[in-house]
Amino acid sequence: MSEPTITADEIRERVRALLEQHDPRTTDRLEFLRARFDAGLAWVHFPVGLGGLNTYRELQNVVETELTAAGAPSNNPRRIGIGLGMAAPTILRFGTDEQKRRFLRPLWTGEEVWCQLFSEPGAGSDLAALGTRAVRDGDEWVVTGQKVWTSTAHTARWGILVARTDPDVPKHQGMTYFVCDMTDPGVEVRPLRQITGEAEFNEVFLTGARIPDAHRLGEVGEGWKVAQTTLMNERVAIGGSAMPREGGMVGTVARTWRERPELRAPDLHDRLLRLWAEAEAFRLAGTRLRQQLAVGEPGPEGSGMKLAFARLNQALSGLEVELLGDEGLRYDDWSMRRPELVDFTGREAGYRYLRAKGNSIEGGTSEILRNIIAERVLGLPPEPRVDKDVAWKDLPR
Amino acid sequence: MSTPDLLYSDVENDLRASVRDLLADRCEPAALLARVESGEPYDTKLWRTLGAELGTAGLHVPEERGGQGASARETALVLEELGRSVAPVPFLGSAVLATSALLGTDPEREAAAGLLRRLASGEATGALAVPLSTAPGAPFPQSVRASGDGGLTGRVGTVADAQAADVLVVPATGPDGPALYAVDTGTAGVSVSELVPLDLTRRIADVTLTEAGGRLLAGPERAADALGQALLTGAGLLASEQLGIAEWCLQETVRYVRERYQFGRPVGSFQALKHRLADLWLELVAARAAARYAADALATGNPDTGVAVAVAQSYCATVAVHAAEECVQLHGGIGMTWEHPAHLYLKRAKANEIALGAPGRHRDRLADLVDLPA
Repeated sequence: MSEPTITADEIRERVRALLEQHDPRTTDRLEFLRARFDAGLAWVHFPVGLGGLNTYRELQNVVETELTAAGAPSNNPRRIGIGLGMAAPTILRFGTDEQKRRFLRPLWTGEEVWCQLFSEPGAGSDLAALGTRAVRDGDEWVVTGQKVWTSTAHTARWGILVARTDPDVPKHQGMTYFVCDMTDPGVEVRPLRQITGEAEFNEVFLTGARIPDAHRLGEVGEGWKVAQTTLMNERVAIGGSAMPREGGMVGTVARTWRERPELRAPDLHDRLLRLWAEAEAFRLAGTRLRQQLAVGEPGPEGSGMKLAFARLNQALSGLEVELLGDEGLRYDDWSMRRPELVDFTGREAGYRYLRAKGNSIEGGTSEILRNIIAERVLGLPPEPRVDKDVAWKDLPR
Repeated sequence: MSTPDLLYSDVENDLRASVRDLLADRCEPAALLARVESGEPYDTKLWRTLGAELGTAGLHVPEERGGQGASARETALVLEELGRSVAPVPFLGSAVLATSALLGTDPEREAAAGLLRRLASGEATGALAVPLSTAPGAPFPQSVRASGDGGLTGRVGTVADAQAADVLVVPATGPDGPALYAVDTGTAGVSVSELVPLDLTRRIADVTLTEAGGRLLAGPERAADALGQALLTGAGLLASEQLGIAEWCLQETVRYVRERYQFGRPVGSFQALKHRLADLWLELVAARAAARYAADALATGNPDTGVAVAVAQSYCATVAVHAAEECVQLHGGIGMTWEHPAHLYLKRAKANEIALGAPGRHRDRLADLVDLPA
């Protein structure tokens, strides 16, 4: 991007102008959010005309601080996390001008929820093995297959989809990336109940779903490259947000410890302090990572943050159940629900413990992340591969 | 509280480059192994170049008190490099512990100001006469008594860098309460008895004082704070040395497993090894952030320094030991030999785990500081 020229003061001036023209107390929520997007105050690091001001990402804090102080409505980012964290950066990087104009504004305002149609029953860690087929039919593609572990598919208007368009070439080469209309009659979403009792995930069955070629992101056959952008952003979204001390799971357990002295025991105290120090060290590592990004020196540290986040969440939530003793034997509610939000730290200890088990699976398993660190950061050699030069259709499965 | 700077500045990177060049040239492993069993386990020439000529002996001492006027951030950086090379120099004892204790004395008191100048210039080498295991926040030591005329009597065990020191900074209890005294080694009534150390590159000694002549550096109004601040500074900066140890261990292990072939492939291509090294790398990411935060907090007088040091020392001590243990294990048989330098790092890492408060001590302090009582 060209050299940013907007200063923090100019951003404050723009926020003041927005608030003057659209008083949050009297303006409809959606109308305010659309005006905010059009003023370039949605995500300031995005280009002008697409909700941004083409400036440093760090200046977004200025916007958030000012608007929060003014009582402005939020776009409720937790409800639209997949759109904001994964679809948007991918559309920005690979989308046509038309696609950017069509998709980004309602994505950011939350008018349109997004989901991610990547994993399949036969393609988890080995995502490039996926078998959902997209076959060209004039100006359209006809898609048939099954996707799984799809959060928010039941509320989504659009899905980012990777499908196989050429089975005769090695697996990484024959994929194409699309935006799938979740209201198409060929799309069926079924809840997938998980160990917490609720169904945050879904299975998505695609049976002759039709996608116009205008909704393709990137070139035909370049789906893997496009998907890498999504996946890198997913890992940052899961492990990389700024936190105050005791933010997240460690704060929850520390509060229980302080409020419930009758539960304390020496072994638990030692474990809590170890985890507290470790969580603080990784929180500082996140701060350091963002400082490196701010001066334009991104380090490889980002690849590890999600790994650390998963391990700490699991250890801390497990400790909390144990700490609770008799109460840890109980569970708040097993009834089947379909929540709108992905919630790691909500509800009670038993839920948090069970939900945290997903942290080392979703968005790349911890084992795959360790391979990535070992090979891309440390430069260790890959395992011998038997699938690299084999046409996808000839792979054993 | 301003946002801590957890990065390395350009000036800091330049300093690192000079120190690293010097150590690469003058502290290579084979010579180091020969030295640790010789009659001169410390490299006094290297120490002179590093401390006096490069000016690291008084890096965080203000210029008006005879130092370089840098901060704990730069001292931490030197320690990172000393950790990477397990250099046999009395930097911790002199440039960190003794110097930091003197920084807490009254600048108007000539005995203290003069000694600080001599240590900061590298003209003399000092050591802080406390057991190396002493943690910040420990009660003021009672093991040495001072008579009214400054005669010191008592015994202090396992003092780091004592036999390399010209002057000892001795916490003692005098007629008026806690005090710090300067005692010249090699004078009557001072016995420095070298011990066989676990850590071959940092030497320890028992110090016995028998009516030894001491010059008063700080009386009851300043002595306890000066000592406390020296221990806090030492513990916080030692985290950077631990980071340096861990970095060397990871780097060398990665190099080795890429080169070592078994079963027809580099052993570093096996997931069982890759995953362990990925986990270790991740520990280093957090250790670096924690060590930098402690150094920055000490440099800026951040009110959060206590927490920063307790987190950094308890975390980095463990990471350094883990890295050194993995280094030995993943090198296989060669890692177990005297010839390979891995053991020097393991010994330093394990000794550092105890130095200036074992991790459990720092977690105890943390429990108080962040309100997580037992």
